[in-house]
Parts: sequence; C-alpha cells; structure tokens
Amino acid sequence: MIITTTWYLLLAAVLFSIGTTGLLVRRNPLIMFMCIELMLNAVNITFVSIGSHLNDLGGQLAVFFVLVVAAAEVVVGLALVVAIMRRRSRTNADDLKILGG
Amino acid sequence: METVVFLISATVILSGALGVIFSKNPVHSALFMVQTLFGVAVLFVLLEATFLAAIQVIVYAGAIVILFVFVITLLGIDRAEDLQVEPIFGQRPLAVVVGVSIFGVILTVLIAAVGGPTGVQEANTPIGDATDNTRILGEALFSTHVFSVELTALLLTVAVVGAVVLSTRPTKPLISTPEEYQNDALEEEPKEKGGE
Amino acid sequence: MIDLVWLIPAFPLLGFLTLICLGRSVREPISGWLATTAMAGSFLSTLIVFIGMLLEENENRQTVFTLFDWIPAGDFKVEIGFLADPLSITMCLFITGVGTLIHLYSIGYMHGDLDFNRFFTYLNLFAFSMLMLVLGDNLLLTFLGWEGVGACSYLLISFWFSDPANATAGKKAFITNRVGDWGFMVAMFLIFFNFGSLQYLEIFDILGSNQIAETTTTFIVLMLFVGAVGKSAQFPLYLWLPDAMAGPTPVSALIHAATMVTSGVYLLIRVNPIMVEASAWSTGLIAWVGAGTALFAASIAVAQTDIKKVLAYSTVSQLGYMILAVGCGAYTAAIFHMITHAFFKALLFLGAGSVIHGMDGEQDLRRYGGLRSLMPITAGTFIIGWLAIAGVPPFSGFWSKDEILAFAWDKNPLLWLVGIITALLTAFYMTRQVILTFFGKPRYLDAGDDAGDDAGDDAGDDAGDDAGDVQPHESPWTMTLPLIALAFLSVVGGLIQLPFSSSTKRLEHWLEPATFHNETHLHLSSSTLWVLALLTLAAVAIGIGIGISTYLKEKIDRQIFEKPILNNAWHFDSTVSKVMGGPGFKAFEAVAKFDKRVIDGAVDGTGQIVKKTAFILRRSQNGLVRTYALGVGIGAVGLLIWFLSRTTI
Repeated sequence: MIITTTWYLLLAAVLFSIGTTGLLVRRNPLIMFMCIELMLNAVNITFVSIGSHLNDLGGQLAVFFVLVVAAAEVVVGLALVVAIMRRRSRTNADDLKILGG
Repeated sequence: METVVFLISATVILSGALGVIFSKNPVHSALFMVQTLFGVAVLFVLLEATFLAAIQVIVYAGAIVILFVFVITLLGIDRAEDLQVEPIFGQRPLAVVVGVSIFGVILTVLIAAVGGPTGVQEANTPIGDATDNTRILGEALFSTHVFSVELTALLLTVAVVGAVVLSTRPTKPLISTPEEYQNDALEEEPKEKGGE
Repeated sequence: MIDLVWLIPAFPLLGFLTLICLGRSVREPISGWLATTAMAGSFLSTLIVFIGMLLEENENRQTVFTLFDWIPAGDFKVEIGFLADPLSITMCLFITGVGTLIHLYSIGYMHGDLDFNRFFTYLNLFAFSMLMLVLGDNLLLTFLGWEGVGACSYLLISFWFSDPANATAGKKAFITNRVGDWGFMVAMFLIFFNFGSLQYLEIFDILGSNQIAETTTTFIVLMLFVGAVGKSAQFPLYLWLPDAMAGPTPVSALIHAATMVTSGVYLLIRVNPIMVEASAWSTGLIAWVGAGTALFAASIAVAQTDIKKVLAYSTVSQLGYMILAVGCGAYTAAIFHMITHAFFKALLFLGAGSVIHGMDGEQDLRRYGGLRSLMPITAGTFIIGWLAIAGVPPFSGFWSKDEILAFAWDKNPLLWLVGIITALLTAFYMTRQVILTFFGKPRYLDAGDDAGDDAGDDAGDDAGDDAGDVQPHESPWTMTLPLIALAFLSVVGGLIQLPFSSSTKRLEHWLEPATFHNETHLHLSSSTLWVLALLTLAAVAIGIGIGISTYLKEKIDRQIFEKPILNNAWHFDSTVSKVMGGPGFKAFEAVAKFDKRVIDGAVDGTGQIVKKTAFILRRSQNGLVRTYALGVGIGAVGLLIWFLSRTTI
C-alpha cells in the first residue's frame, strides 16, 4: 500500500492520544512532562506531513518554532519542578493541593 | 521501501510512547522517550525534512532528555510510584475516554474526508529536495520570518535567566507552610529549613 | 399676569423651607408672622392671577404653564405644570384667603405653646401641598398634593402627640385616607392605560375624539370616587374626621373644614368630562352616598356634647351636600357650596376655638352657657356663622344649599327629601349649639355635675374641681380679626351666584371653561323653584323653632333628641374597630405571616439555594493539577466534537 498523508496523520493522532492519557494518569511530575513532549512531537509530525503534502515550507517552519519553544518550556518547567520538589522527597503532583477550595 | 521504513519507525515511535507512560521507573521512561524521538527523526527524514531531523536529534534527544535525566538524578525522584492505586476517583477511566475520543475524532475526520486531507494553500514556498532543505529553510527564516527568529532568541534568553533565578537557593529563611497544609512527606521540613 | 401662577405655591414652600431651617432659633411670634406673610404673599399672587384672568376672554382663560419635566420615562412623561383656569384659581382664592386668616388666628391661639414654630412649619407645608393639588395640570401632581395634605393632616392632628390618643387619631386619619388613596391610584393606572397620558387637557381631548368604553369610564369614576370618599369623609370612610378634632382648632378650621376635605369634591369636578361619559347609575350612586352621608352625620351631630365634634359631623354632612351636587351634575352648585362652606365653617371653627381659648380649654357644651356677654365679638360672629349654615336668607348658606336642593329635586325627589330633612336637622343642631354656648344661664360655675359623663373629649377635664376659677374672656385681636373678616364673607358670599337671572349667575359663567358645559341643565319652572325655596325656608324655620323651644325655652324635653345611640354615632365606629381588631386583625396577621414565610422565604430561599449549590460545586476545586488537566481534556474533546458536527462533509 502507498503511504499517504493520512497515515502520518493517524500516527500523529495515536501518539497524541497516548501522550494525553499518560499526562492524566501518571503522578510523577517528570513523567507528566515527558508526556507533554510526546504530544508536542505528535504535533510536529502533523505539521511536517501536511507541509509535505501541500508542498509548502510553512509546515517545517512551524516545527522549527515549536521546537524552540518546547526547549524553552522544558527549561523553565524543570526549574520550577526543581524549586518546588527540592525540599520534599517522595512527593508527586497529588501532594500539591494547597490551592484547593 | 517507503512503506517499510514508515512501518518500522511507526512501531518504534508507538512502543516508545507506551513505554514512557507505562514505566514505573522514571529513568526508564526517559530512555523510552529517547527511543520515540529517534523514531520521529527517522520519520522527518522520510518526509524530506532533513534539517528538522537533525535538529530533532540534537535538541530534543540530545538536550531536553539530558535535562530530564539530570533533574531525576538531582532530585532523587527515581523511586517507583505505585501505579496500582489511583487516588482521584474516576480519573483513569475518564483519561482513557479522553484519549480514545481524541483519536476517534481525528480518525473520523480523516476517514470522512474524501480524497484525503486538503488545506488552503497560501504563500507557497515550495519545498526543495532533501539536500537543499537547509538552505531553503534558512532563506525563509531569515527573510520572511526574521522577526519571529529574533523573538525566539529573546524567549530563550528569558527562559535561561528564569531558570537560573528559580533554582538559586534562598539566602533568607523561607516562610514556612501553614500548619494545615503540611502533609506527611513534609515532616522533615522544619529541621531542614536552616540547614540548607 | 397669569404667568405669575407659579408664585402661588412658591410662597408657602419658601415659608416652609425657611421655617425648617430656622428651627427653634426664632422666638415665638416671629415664625407665626413669617408664615402668615408667606400666605398673604400667596393670596396676593392669586389675586393678581385672578385679575389677569378676568381681563382675558372666556375662551383664553385656560392655560398651562410647564416648569420642567419631572418623570421622562419613555412613553410615560409627567411634567411639573400648572393649569391656570377658573376652577383652580377659584379654589386658590379661598384656600389662600381663608388660609391667611387662619394663620393670623393661630398666632393668637397657639400663644404659649412650646411647639409654636413647628405648627407654622406644618401649616405652610400643608398650604403648599394643597395649592399643588389644585394647580397641578396632571393627575400625578394632584396626587402629590393629595398625599402631601394627607401627610400634613396626620402631622397636625397628632400635633400634641405626647398624649397617645392624639397620636392614634392622627394614625387613624392617615390610614383611612390611604384606603381612599388606593382608589385614586387604581384610577390613575386605568387612565394612563386607556388614555396614554395623565394630563387633564390631554385626557379631555382624547375623550372628545375617541370612543372609550363606558365600562372603563364608569370604573375610573368609581375609583376616583373611592378616593374622594376617603379624603372628603363620606360614609364609610368618614371615621377619621370626628377623631381629627384632637388637633388644634386652627387645624380643624383650615384642614378639616375649608380645604383638605374639599379636595375630593375638587377632583371629581375636575374630571367632569370623564364623569359625563360614565354610566348613569354611577353618578346616581355618588349622589346617594352624598345624601345618605349628609343625613347620617346630621343625625349624629344632634347628640354630640363636644363643641368641636358637633362641627366635625356638621362638616361631614355639608360635604355630603357637595357630593350630592356632584352626583346630580351640578358642578357650579357644588363649588358654590364649597366656597360658602369654607367661609362659614372656618368661621364656626375659629369661633369655637375662641370659646375654648376663653374657657381655658373646656370643650364640653354642657359646661358653657351665657357666654355672649363675656365674649361679644366671638358670639356675634358665631351667630352669623350659625345663620349662614342653617340656611337663613340672605346669608350665603341659604343660596348655595337651595341650589343643591333644586338640582336634587330635578334628579330624584327622594334625594330632595333626604336633603331637606338634613337641612332641618342642621338648623336644629346648630341652634342647639349656639344656645347651649352663648345663651341661658352660665353652667361653668356649677361644680362637677357631669364631669364623669364626658364622652371622650380631652383637655380641661379637671374643670370639675376648679369650676369656679374659670373666667371666660374675649380673645386677642389676632383671633377676632379673622372672625370678623370671615363673618363679613359669610354674609355677602351669596352674591356670586344668585339664581334670579342669568346675569347674576356669575360663578356659573366664570366656571364655564372648566366645566365644558357638562353641567346638568335645570328643567324646572320658576314657580317650582320658588316653591322649593319656600319649603327649604320652612324646614329651616321649623328646625330653629324646635331648637329654641327645647334648649332656650325648655318646653320640649331634650332627651327625645339626644339619644345615646346618636351620641355613639350609630355604633359604626366601634363596630369597625371591633371587626378590624378581632377577625380583621387575625386576617392581617395571616397576611403578614404569608409575607414572611412565602415571599421572604422565596427571597431567602434563593440565597440558600445559591449557597448550597456553591458548596456542592466547590468540590470540583480540589487543587489537584490532574483534575484540572482532566477538565481541560474533556473540554477539548467537547470542542472537537462540536467542530466536527458543524462541518459539512
């Protein structure tokens, strides 16, 4: 069979769903972060494949910027995780519920 | 040929993703993530986005995952969390529902779309062949999108500065968390305060 | 000159505001003179406007002067405007004229009272309200004045409120008036709904051009009549007027004789185009209520022992005459009787006040006697007032009463019969009052015979102990001058409307722009008119004759007439109190409970529901990131599905 753009998009969709489910299920903050990265990768695949389908460079340009921003986000996010989790060991996302109503 | 490569890389990607979410050990998750990222890079090459494939490996797999691993070792959050118990009621089923629904919607769209996905073609910058990709990408970035590039530079600067600020150790004693919000894991806190 | 009409209410308003600001800082007679000057200024303005109106042609005499927009609310627009036409200026003339005289009188009457300043503040406020009532060019301004005079009546009746009985009398007046006000308000709503405007002239225009259903106009007239019944003290809402005698006598003279109680009659005459469109049975009802009240009140006055209560019931009776005239369509006769009644009733009340003042607060008729030599001016003017109210020609009361009786005969001879019996009774009880007060032997020197039989009067009950110390004296000039002025007016007042020929019917021609030729025309031959007049004279003579022979010559036993049931006003008041106090009170309590539980409960319940819902919803904010992420996920799925459903494939 010929691999059409649809296949790429489906792959990206599956990757995205796996990322979403992982984000909602896991409690470890770092693994939650990694699931976000999975979702971003799925989006990247989508961009590139549509760009290739339309023969437009815009897809790749978008991925470029997504990559940059993802990097920056990881930097800041991990700094936050470090700042919060530094003094507590064996904690996870469920223990941060001070802002509950 | 293309089909085979695609299927292999798809398998690699998906198994890596499943490994990320199902591993008990965070270090294992990180390693599975590297696997997924490599698979995505292969896919980029397949789609003739060679520059992006290179960047994917260098930045994502090379820098970001390293950061993750560093933080894991720094904080010692390497102990396995208990995957059997779910404290929040209804979280797991709903999570599965959400995931499946997203996939289902996209699947519906793709199946129902006659003749495959289409899109509005705007300012058309044609993709060259694979060898020329870097040059064309560079030209487009630094002519049409130079503003955005400068902004991303600014963004990265801010991120780095922010990270440094957030990670410095406080010199003055911190305000302690109020009594009612301290939970079990924070029992050692009052003793740790002065000693850090 | 007519455009100075705004000065007429401005003077008392200015007086009121000045007196409020001055408060207690001025000493005694200054505030009184200030208030009297304000009223005199108002009277002068009225005169100027009146002369200006006389100089105009008959058709141009009805003008509206708008000051500013009061309520601009979309379709509903009300302005502060004055309708200067003969009817309103006539009312203003006697309101301000008699008002000035009463203000002057009060300076002497209230001398020595600690609340002297407050009295004149209220009096000026009352004058302002009454003038706004009469001069307003729309129903809402009239209602403003209506409520204002009601409020001032309450303030002034309960003027000496440290005695709880006075405070209760004030409350009774206010609440009974409120029942009437309800009728007025319903009528206003109906008028706005059907006519789209509350302005008199606009309403009359619309009546002329459109066909408004007769049931609507009938209902409006009946509701306005309810208002008039409350304000003009007709049966069954007359209860407040006898109790209102608890206020100072100038109050009784001004408010409950000359001005406020006439506002009901004024209102009905003002809307006479609507009354013409109403069905005949409604005007008949008005006439019968008036006549019935007149007879009812006159019968009660026969047996009263308080000098002021006799006059109070007499006022109710005379107001009944005026309402009877309105019901028969005789608007000029009603206004004529209103004017003459203002003169002689104010005179009688002020005279009674002078007697009370001279007798140091004693109000019981049984303790008077032989006062005419000791208070000559009071006695002389009081006698003139007596002749006027009894209907002895050529005093003014005869002409006005006779005209009403003629119209009553024309409408229904039974109405005339009720009227003439009332005239007889009026002559009788007024004669009784005059004789008991001014003639016969002095009874105030007797020690405490009937001190225990007092039927509910107030000041001076300890006269039984120091009966011999009372030295009746004449009143000061501030009190006797108004008496003389009013006596003069009572004598010559009849000249404005003599029934002999068309040229002497000056009042009727003068009021034409306001009555729009809606008056009933008398179809009686002149011989019938002469016979009716002679019958009236006969009734008056019989009444006076019986009175003299019972009380002066003592040939007839007075106990035939002074029955206890009449003294107790046919037990109507006490029955109302028992009903309202007993089962009525329980009904009102039930309504109050309903209000508290259901209505307040609904409002509070809404708050409770919100609170409980918030409490339940609060559980979604548990502070866990994963819950929020789940929410985001579900929302995203929802959005995707929605977008999917909107696409066309």
